[in-house]
Amino acid sequence: MLKAENIQFVRNPAFSLKDIQLNIKKGEVISLIGPNGSGKSTLLRVIANLLKPEQGHIIIDGQNLKTIAKKDFPKNLAMLPQMNDHMLDLTVGELVEFGRAPFQRGIGRLSVENQEIVEWALEVTGLTHMRNRLLPGLSGGERQRAWIAMAVAQRSKVLLLDEPTTYLDIAHQMEVLELVKYLNEEFGITIIMVLHDINQAATYSDRLIVMKAGQIRYDGIPQCVLCKEMFQTIFNIDAEVHNNHDGVYFTPLRRRRNG
Amino acid sequence: MVAVQQQATTPTHPLAKKRRWTFFLLVMLLIVASVASLMIGPVRFSLAEIWHGLTVADHSLERRIIWELRFPRVLVGVLVGACLAVAGAILQAIMRNPLADPGIIGVSSGAGIAAIAIMIIFPAYITLLPLAAFLGALMTALLIYFLAWKGGATPVKIVLVGVAVNAIVGAGTNALMLLYSDRVQAALPWLSGGLAGVGWSHVQMIVYYAVGAIMISMFSVKYIRMLRLGDDVAKLLGQRVEVVRFFLIVLSALLAGIAVSVSGLIGFVGLVIPHILRLIIGSDDRFLVPASAIGGAFIVVFADMIARTVFDPIELPVGILLAFLGGPFFLYLIQRNRKGDARA
Repeated sequence: MLKAENIQFVRNPAFSLKDIQLNIKKGEVISLIGPNGSGKSTLLRVIANLLKPEQGHIIIDGQNLKTIAKKDFPKNLAMLPQMNDHMLDLTVGELVEFGRAPFQRGIGRLSVENQEIVEWALEVTGLTHMRNRLLPGLSGGERQRAWIAMAVAQRSKVLLLDEPTTYLDIAHQMEVLELVKYLNEEFGITIIMVLHDINQAATYSDRLIVMKAGQIRYDGIPQCVLCKEMFQTIFNIDAEVHNNHDGVYFTPLRRRRNG
Repeated sequence: MVAVQQQATTPTHPLAKKRRWTFFLLVMLLIVASVASLMIGPVRFSLAEIWHGLTVADHSLERRIIWELRFPRVLVGVLVGACLAVAGAILQAIMRNPLADPGIIGVSSGAGIAAIAIMIIFPAYITLLPLAAFLGALMTALLIYFLAWKGGATPVKIVLVGVAVNAIVGAGTNALMLLYSDRVQAALPWLSGGLAGVGWSHVQMIVYYAVGAIMISMFSVKYIRMLRLGDDVAKLLGQRVEVVRFFLIVLSALLAGIAVSVSGLIGFVGLVIPHILRLIIGSDDRFLVPASAIGGAFIVVFADMIARTVFDPIELPVGILLAFLGGPFFLYLIQRNRKGDARA
């Protein structure tokens, strides 16, 4: 479904992505985790074609990203960038309509088909009753849902989310993650997201990819990735890992002195 | 929770009513100010006389004063005001900066130095004035864009770079005027910005450019709105962000250049009008850009009427009057920004 082959991206002499290999199956939920500055967001932006890698390429559904026309790009991939909080005086409905803008010819009203897709996007994100509310008047979680609805309205095969839960309280974090999970289960959208909270990543993802210093260090199902050794080498902390019937989670113990 | 959500449901757009009223009021204000401008002056006319002056081509006093003097002046005021306010609205949107304005970011002074050069060095090429003003505006706009935007342009950075470029261009203008001090008289009234002495020739000089540029602006609204979502989102939606922004800067330089070429340096219209309107009707450019056009037209026609009548017999250049009004307003905006309200 989505492949990254030999990605190399040099931002500055001190930081680069090296030899990134990714193979993501259709309908998977992937979380990228890792310490600050490990290259998670950079990798996400490379996948979204917002950054051009020096080497390697991204392939979506057998098509090289570079050869996809700009106009067709939104059909293949949608992304929610890091919390953007320009105070736009748009209603939720107007924001979601932007998701159809790439498929709309000329100016003026949306076509009937596009209008229906907007309605659908509002419905699946539970925003139909808020469609005429202005964005600045919404809570952080509602606003984030509105932006996700805009991405959903593109009806892309892949949805990328860059730290979708930042600045939200715990209830709103779960609200956003449950929405993501619902979109994945109900419509088979492939999800790749950057998350800071490792327990949440383990709970809501099929697969975790752990990065450090611009490289992928671990790649596998949460049960395999979450282990004492991973926390030691990647995050430099001691942690206790617990397994129970519905998953795996960890408790941090202490920061390691040496290393 | 459920009750709160239901209560929050609004059937129509929350700003729809405000927008309708704002448009209605702006159009009324523009009509009233235009008619009043035709009426008031050293000679006063009734509505019937104005109608006569506009429609009957004879040798009456009405015809000569209204058709030959006051009407073209109102038309130029409308075009200049609309161009300046639309230029300001576009710049504020694409720079995500409520303080962007053709004057403050140096575009007007760029148009100014080019126009002065034509007027006092190459007076034979006076017909090229709009073109020269446009090129001057474009040069400074691009200069500021490349100096401030690359590497991330914060509002403060754009304003500071604009001030610096303004100072340099201003020095250049002064140097020109000193070097050619014998011919500077021709350019002086133009420098302080005003509509004194404009006539049909000026209308003809700018009307096609102005109407064309404003039409293009209206069709560009779709792209301006996309840029407001942020560069990343616009790119993800398939926009060529750098190309679009470059085109929009050229467009606003064209608008500012058109205005400057006939009216000289009229400041603050481009800053104040879109800003006030944004506070009232919100930042959706589908409404903000056309409302700015009408509002800008109104404020210039109205201020010009005040400037030429209140201080009679002295005709105060409208640019000076607007600066008197706009300066304090600008300071007020900065005060507001300091309180943490940085909505662009």
